Amino acid sequence: MNYLQDLLLQPLQYPFMQRGMIAAVLVGVVCAVVGAYVVLRGMAFFGDALAHAILPGVAVGYLVGGGARGPLFWWALATSVFAALGIGALIRTAKMREDTAIGIVFAGMFALGIALISTVRNYTADLAHFLFGDVLAVSTSDLWLIGAFGGAILLIVIFFYKEFLLLSFDPLLAATLRLPAHLLDYLLYILIALTVVVSLQTVGVALMVAMLVTPAATAHMLTRRLPVMMLLAAILASFAGVIGLYLSYYISVASGAAIVLTSTLFFIIGWSAKAINQAITRRKAI
Amino acid sequence: MINLFRSNTFFPHHVQHRPDAPLLEVSDLSVRYDSTLVLDNISFQLETGQRAAVIGPNGAGKTTLFKVIAGVLPYTSGRVNIYGHKPGGHICIAYLPQRSQVDWRFPVNVSDVVMMGRIGKLGVGRVPGKKDWLYVRQCLKEVGMAELAGRQISELSGGQQQRMFIARALAQEAELFLMDEPFTGLDVTSQEDILHIMDGLRQRGVTVFASTHDLHLASEKFERVMLLNRYMIGYGKPGQVFNRENLIEAFGGHIRLIPSGAETLAVGDSCCEDENI
Repeated sequence: MNYLQDLLLQPLQYPFMQRGMIAAVLVGVVCAVVGAYVVLRGMAFFGDALAHAILPGVAVGYLVGGGARGPLFWWALATSVFAALGIGALIRTAKMREDTAIGIVFAGMFALGIALISTVRNYTADLAHFLFGDVLAVSTSDLWLIGAFGGAILLIVIFFYKEFLLLSFDPLLAATLRLPAHLLDYLLYILIALTVVVSLQTVGVALMVAMLVTPAATAHMLTRRLPVMMLLAAILASFAGVIGLYLSYYISVASGAAIVLTSTLFFIIGWSAKAINQAITRRKAI
Repeated sequence: MINLFRSNTFFPHHVQHRPDAPLLEVSDLSVRYDSTLVLDNISFQLETGQRAAVIGPNGAGKTTLFKVIAGVLPYTSGRVNIYGHKPGGHICIAYLPQRSQVDWRFPVNVSDVVMMGRIGKLGVGRVPGKKDWLYVRQCLKEVGMAELAGRQISELSGGQQQRMFIARALAQEAELFLMDEPFTGLDVTSQEDILHIMDGLRQRGVTVFASTHDLHLASEKFERVMLLNRYMIGYGKPGQVFNRENLIEAFGGHIRLIPSGAETLAVGDSCCEDENI
């Protein structure tokens, strides 16, 4: 018993671990709730593209600020919102398949980011930081930013709950009820953009899509109503964050990867449980 | 802030109905997508409480016609008036989607879906109250679905899915129901249920405009029919519209006409031709 207690408490004596835990849980909850809409509307690729499209903005911020980390958040924020609106407009107007349009923007922006960062001499270390995040480097002021923006995102999702639900399930009904569907669509794009920025430090650009998609997809499989799905996704994401950080501490793996792998494990467990359950009901039926 | 959202700054103003105008008046309607003519020269009228069917092969433009009347697709030329106003300002039009177009794995239950019809009346930021849920329950009762209110939508039969959408249109307090293939894939009993509900709708003064592949059903159960294949081949009472020339014009080689006494039996099959637009 004491051993277990030590196992759990020992990492928490470090302030950086405490801050990392809080950040991972906050980010997990926000990503899971917004991710519910990403999953239901089939926007995983949009989210992935958005995360990657931030890189040039962060790179410019990095170069302009001479490596200072404070302003990076705001650079990322501006780029992300810009990219979300840009991709959103492209989806609407481009006469090509949606995923093609997103793919072009995604790769182009990402390449620009890598090109910019590669102009710095010791770029591999910095690039790795952006690509894979570093939740253990989160500062107290970062936490306040994450909390404030995450809270605002959740409040907007709750406030427009009915509208987002309707728009995701049946856009045509939204149109015949004369809801401002385009405006609400763009609002959702911006919310996803903000979520991505807030989460950037936790898992980085490359693994962002997993934060948006995996807990929500697991919850979708196991629940029958949207609020319950959001709640379960948030709980799963929080646990993935905490367990991932413990794993990262004890077996020295990258924190972002550990969080995402834990989340993936939850998905596999959920999927297997559901498959077994279905097999049993089928057998009973026969 | 709440007042801002309730007033017309956020939600557009809904038009008032002109009592002297017919429910639906379409004249010389044409719709063009990127230089492809999808609908050409459509003209017809629907009176309050009428029940009309539109029939035509796949790709004939039935869904396009519905979306134009619902005011969610722009049209190229002509006129569409609902109670004397363009369709875009009305909230009295319900479009009931084809069941194949719906994501049935979406995490909502039957009353969640019916409540969606009330959203226009509720206003942004308001949570549905007891009265709203009672209204939803009443709508479900009218289509015989009250006991299925808590059912996940993926667990419904085809007929129940269709009835749920009718309940949602009732919750919307719509006066014109545009029903996209409501009978397709339903067994005879479920079709009868839907037709019975339609009789009830007529008594409420609700007008139904439905698309179907079933010529027999259209001629037996609808008082007006339209034959459509990009352009309007005929509109009127079934006996006048469903003649040999019109049917061949609409379906081309995909229909076989079998003479049977004084009547002509039409065996139509347009469901499997690849004519997607």
